[in-house]
Amino acid sequence: MAPHPVHQRRQLVVLGHGMVGHRFVQAAIERGLTETHDVVVVGAEALPAYDRVALTSFFEVGADALSLLPGGAYDDPRVRVLLATEAVGFDPATRTVLLDTGDVLAYDELVLATGAAPFVPPVPGHDLPGTFVYRTIEDLEAIRAAAATASVGAVVGGGLLGLEAAKALADLGLETHVVEMAPRLMAVQVDDAGGATLRRHVEGLGLHVHTGATTTAVLGETHVTGLGLRDAEPVAADLVVFSAGIRPRDALARAAGLTVAERGGVLVDEQCRTSDPHVWAVGECAAPGGRVYGLVAPGYAMAEVAVDALVGGDGAFTGADTSTKLKLMGVDVASFGDAFATTDGALELVYSDAVAGVYKKLVVSDDGARLLGGVLVGDASAYGVLRPMVATATNPGIALPENPEELILPVTAGAGAQLALPDTAQVCSCNDVSKADILAAAEAGGTTRAGATCGSCKTLTRKIIEDWFETQGKVVDRSLCEHFPLTRQELFDVVAVHGHTSFDAVVARHGTGRGCDVCKPTVASVLASQLNHHVLDEGARTTQDTNDAYLANIQRNGTYSVVPRIPGGEIDPAKLIVIGEVARDFGLYTKITGGQRIDLFGARMEELPAIWRRLVDAGFESGHAYGKSLRTVKSCVGSTWCRYGVQDSVQLAIDLELRYRGLRSPHKLKGGVSGCARECAEARGKDFGVIATEKGWNLYVGGNGGATPVHARLLAGDLDTETLVRYLDRFLMYYVRTADRLQRTAPWVDSLDGGLDRVRAVVVDDVLGLGSELEAAMGRHVGGYFDEWKATLEDPDKLRRFVSFVNAPDVPDPHIEFRSERGQDVPADSAGPVSLGATIPVGAP
Amino acid sequence: MSGPPTWTTVCRLDDIEVEGGVLALVGGEAVAVFRTHDDEVHALSNYDPIGRASVLARGIVGTRGGVPYVASPLHKQGYDLRTGRCLDDEEVRVATYDVAVRDGVVLVAPGPPHA
Repeated sequence: MAPHPVHQRRQLVVLGHGMVGHRFVQAAIERGLTETHDVVVVGAEALPAYDRVALTSFFEVGADALSLLPGGAYDDPRVRVLLATEAVGFDPATRTVLLDTGDVLAYDELVLATGAAPFVPPVPGHDLPGTFVYRTIEDLEAIRAAAATASVGAVVGGGLLGLEAAKALADLGLETHVVEMAPRLMAVQVDDAGGATLRRHVEGLGLHVHTGATTTAVLGETHVTGLGLRDAEPVAADLVVFSAGIRPRDALARAAGLTVAERGGVLVDEQCRTSDPHVWAVGECAAPGGRVYGLVAPGYAMAEVAVDALVGGDGAFTGADTSTKLKLMGVDVASFGDAFATTDGALELVYSDAVAGVYKKLVVSDDGARLLGGVLVGDASAYGVLRPMVATATNPGIALPENPEELILPVTAGAGAQLALPDTAQVCSCNDVSKADILAAAEAGGTTRAGATCGSCKTLTRKIIEDWFETQGKVVDRSLCEHFPLTRQELFDVVAVHGHTSFDAVVARHGTGRGCDVCKPTVASVLASQLNHHVLDEGARTTQDTNDAYLANIQRNGTYSVVPRIPGGEIDPAKLIVIGEVARDFGLYTKITGGQRIDLFGARMEELPAIWRRLVDAGFESGHAYGKSLRTVKSCVGSTWCRYGVQDSVQLAIDLELRYRGLRSPHKLKGGVSGCARECAEARGKDFGVIATEKGWNLYVGGNGGATPVHARLLAGDLDTETLVRYLDRFLMYYVRTADRLQRTAPWVDSLDGGLDRVRAVVVDDVLGLGSELEAAMGRHVGGYFDEWKATLEDPDKLRRFVSFVNAPDVPDPHIEFRSERGQDVPADSAGPVSLGATIPVGAP
Repeated sequence: MSGPPTWTTVCRLDDIEVEGGVLALVGGEAVAVFRTHDDEVHALSNYDPIGRASVLARGIVGTRGGVPYVASPLHKQGYDLRTGRCLDDEEVRVATYDVAVRDGVVLVAPGPPHA
């Protein structure tokens, strides 16, 4: 056998430590790029990356709260950060970067994340003392210092950032003027009527707005005294802030001979590679397809695509959604899709209330069936509902209701559907604790009883508290437990990267101590997802919760319940009789479950193998009612029997249940398939729901019952069966790989940056290029499936543990008692430890 | 009490998985016998007084803040394997039993347990 090739570690240099440069480094660490590369990040500012989007809040919260890297260093020792250092040039021929310190960095790969610089119009006086730009924390500190001795400020530019800057000046106590060349404010995002509504709000706050006003000069001899305007009176001002747009910082790339786009920005391909194969560009300095994006979300997407390309993936950046929603000076502003009705035949529906200061516009297709875009000013609460309905080239969107205007009229039924949980919402129904109670306790440093009883609201409670801490600017520790400083997702990645196969190896390499009831089952689930081994294999059993360890559900008196799989809820009479006979012969309480199966309760642990033997012989297998794994795929009778059914929902439900049976996941998983829009299978109450249409299947994801019920939302429509299964494979595997411990699909979707849109981008549009890998992982799961009950029955080593007493295997534990209710056995309350007396014969070991 | 305790033979040490537990009948009592990662053996009453069921031998064994413990499989309260003290409720404690390992065989002293 040939010796393993020895690779030298390679060096990757990132120029720019803004939000996108930071995201690139994070993704590089997460995706394992630092396994092969040393990374050096060069940042011109003295501070490490911070949240520039929230820049205006700097005066309230300070620099620390905005920091994206509070300690100034990454956890990964293979990443080095050089701050207050600027690159002055790079040479693709020698692959070196020259720094202003005189140092030279060699690189194998170079990533440009140099961002953009504010555009300052070259009018006379533009560089007088008293002129500023609005881009960095240093800029804001300079503005604050100047404001101390000024009384009037003017902002050149009435776009998003210009209004932010104006708000900052007004908050600093200055009389504030906004000077905008276009005929309205926020000209890029909103239309004339929306701009007029916004203007009334801004003026209502005491700011002075000058639209259609071109700045011709900054007035003043030694210091700013005002702005000269074309065809208008000058505006007097003691300080001027330019916020008239941005220009990509592409000078280094130009000097190095790289190709730049016609209107600026380093030209890159869909993988963010520049005209030099070893130089990449991401964020505002890059121009994918010749276009520069001045938003952070597309920059983040580019950072991920570039990392993906560097680890050998084939993800692509093919354009970005530029929808925006923000609260500006207390005013909601949102713009999405084709906001200016540029599509052929597009129709506009407008609702305007000048008194309340509300303006809403929907742009719909010529047949009124699809939503193309819209503008919301003054009340953007419908944004969450409307934005996902927008039809694009790759997404048919959601069919509009018959009277689409109802979507923007006040107090509509649909508009509130996805708003954040109101403060009055009851979070813990066991102890009647509301969201407001939890927030009040968090403020006071106290606790509530939420989650202390049945525990079903623990995840939601934790999320509310974490969100609260984040609004306080605190860093939330998402460590799994005292043994692991990692999240479940990070654990999944380290197991995948290092190829660990046991808890011992994982805790020895990445943790401390010997583990606990939190991390052991989590690691067991992660290993099971990747290895497809039997959960009771040597060394694996002691890491499992009792349900997985005994392949049955522990119930209140220490007995177990047994649920054989009944795929799709379809069962023939012979099998039904076997279940009845088993229940009768073992005296088991019998109940039909909510998932169309039959649950047999009251089995003593030592009886489980005999019960399984009877069921397995009759052709049943484990229903995995015990694990964090796929439970059921519920179905109606579909086109087979139902006079309304349009597709065979039973066949599909059976196929899906058999495909995903045994899949270990962060939380239990349920599915449903309905044969028509009447939805008798309640598929939208499941983690994945499929509803038949005349043309195929609509796929919904992220629903659940439980303590906080959530309806699944449409991921893709009118799919053929093969595409449906492909999307489901990707969705489920993406969830299994990245969700937090005990996180259901609904909060997982919400936790992703971009929410359902992000899921759609990854699953349907395959922006990360992970599609085939996720499908292959699911393929390995499907191919490796075996029945855990049967495998246990065939293995004497595994069966040895199913005894009451290790030294008296035939003596039943006397603590388990039953009483009769409605003709069946149910647990009798136990008073405490019982003694059998010392006369029972004891077997030798 | 006078004289050495009379020991009850439970099983071979190898019959208990590392960081696992078995249930033994000792003097008529249900006793959970655990083996830790460093091969310490501990015995507790099997009865979880909070979950009110005889289940502790089926719990996950690990460490909390360095304390060897078992988590009840019902509601996950932790019990110190050395003292029987509940780590989540200082009012609660389960009985412990003396344990010995001789020639690879685990022995537990029957009652009276150390409550």
